Amino acid sequence: MNPAFLELRALHKRYGGREVLRGVDFAVAAGECFALVGPNGAGKSTTVRAIQGLTPTDGGEIRLGGRVLAEMGRAARADMGVVPQTDNLDPDFTVQENLWTYGRYFGLPKALIRQRSTELLEFMALSGYAAQPIHSLSGGMQRRLTIARALINAPKLLLLDEPTTGLDPQARHLIWQRLRELRRQGTTLLLTTHYMDEAERLADRVGIIDHGRILAEDSPRGLITTNIPAGVVELRRVDGALPDPQDLHRQWVSLSERVGDTLICYGTDLSPLLAHFVEDPAYRWLQRPASLEDVFLHLTGRDLREETE
Amino acid sequence: MMPIRDALPGAGALAVLQRNFGVWRKLLAPSLLGNFGDPLLYLLALGYGLGHFVGRMDGMPYITFIASGIVASSVMNTASFEGLYSAFTRMNAQRTYAAMLATPLRVSDILAGEVLWCAVKGLISAVAIVIVASFFGAIQGPWVLLALPVILLAGLSFGGLALVMTALARSYDFFMYYFTLAVTPMFLFCGVFYPLHSLPPLAQQLAQVLPLTHAVALLRPLLTGHLPHEALYHAGVLLLYTLVAYGFAWRLLSRRLLR
Repeated sequence: MNPAFLELRALHKRYGGREVLRGVDFAVAAGECFALVGPNGAGKSTTVRAIQGLTPTDGGEIRLGGRVLAEMGRAARADMGVVPQTDNLDPDFTVQENLWTYGRYFGLPKALIRQRSTELLEFMALSGYAAQPIHSLSGGMQRRLTIARALINAPKLLLLDEPTTGLDPQARHLIWQRLRELRRQGTTLLLTTHYMDEAERLADRVGIIDHGRILAEDSPRGLITTNIPAGVVELRRVDGALPDPQDLHRQWVSLSERVGDTLICYGTDLSPLLAHFVEDPAYRWLQRPASLEDVFLHLTGRDLREETE
Repeated sequence: MMPIRDALPGAGALAVLQRNFGVWRKLLAPSLLGNFGDPLLYLLALGYGLGHFVGRMDGMPYITFIASGIVASSVMNTASFEGLYSAFTRMNAQRTYAAMLATPLRVSDILAGEVLWCAVKGLISAVAIVIVASFFGAIQGPWVLLALPVILLAGLSFGGLALVMTALARSYDFFMYYFTLAVTPMFLFCGVFYPLHSLPPLAQQLAQVLPLTHAVALLRPLLTGHLPHEALYHAGVLLLYTLVAYGFAWRLLSRRLLR
């Protein structure tokens, strides 16, 4: 594996009496895509802000390319691109003016900004909209423009804070393709998400974060195989009553969970379980392979998180 | 604690200034209408209407007296409005500052760019009034060009003060305090409409504390053909306001944006 390009060690952050980060440790190799997944309020956005040097931390250290971030000051951000959680495009400017203005914040020469803007609009499939005002773009297009804007300085590290939240499937797939393309070109990606499929599709490695700590960290496949059996069956009763009240499933599966009206069974061989329930007309069932979402819920619990980050 | 050198702005401030100028250019027509239209109305109403009864004030026709006052108060109003409502919109609703902070720009670059822009907008409105007032013969003499740096300096101090308020504000309503407690009193008691010496002594002394008094003290002579008395003292007060306000605004904004 490449040496770590981005390294976080024992990062702590308090807001008042509330500990938001309680010793976050992870490392991202150059050219890797790392996904930080966690429920609302887990510390994802705070971690991303800390990596940009925009929040004073209460302990720990961040290194970027081997150098201590705190000593790099604003220079660290010259090699970073940031796609924030909430779009903050300039509403008074056109698509291309947004890119030009942003390029000047990096102190880039005008000719380079113009050239890159054209290339980036092409790359994000926005070429035909260069002279359009921002408000005429759909949500997905604004998101793509935000990504193009984050690339204006040809960053080595791209930080994406929930890049596809609120977008339709078509828009998400286009963005995923482009992010994979960037990774192939050698850009290091760090993304936060609470969509498990997004992490599974994009990331080389995933860190599951909750209550300000990394709970587990591995490849998406590795996280699944080390934490839960490969197969899943979900059982529900048509009448909404408790499924399998006598706990018959326990003789066939090693791990199961009751969530509301649903019984979720994990196992490598689920055929005896299915054989018992499939023919029963009182039951609805769903068989599927174990996913990152199962691991995530297994590790972080199923409580609702209403807290906003 | 942040190192104090972080308070010193760099070239990035010009990129921020340029961004604001770019937006202003897009909304040029309504903006210029306000810049030229408002002072024209004031000059007509007060200069001719009220001036008819007042006659001369401080040895000059009332319209001449009031033209320079309106230049000064317009710098205050324009720079304050920009530093309050417009800057707060950029910071809060549009999240422009957040977008800027994701680049190598620092809080000091953003703040300095904003304060500079307040001053430039103040200058634009002042120049518009000078042009309109010249047609009435209310601007005269060889020192008009010297008024330009004074206008910029006054704009920097009012812009800086406004950004202190913006750094503290939770909503637009907060700005009413500043308008009612600072901007309006300055508009009425700092020598815009009548000379300071017509106020009781205590009020005169209080007025000396306010920046608009010093902007008027510099601009009225310069725009009517005289060199101001104690020019360095008046400019010094405006400079002090600029620097102190900038320092406060920087501390408050840093605390707000870098959490």
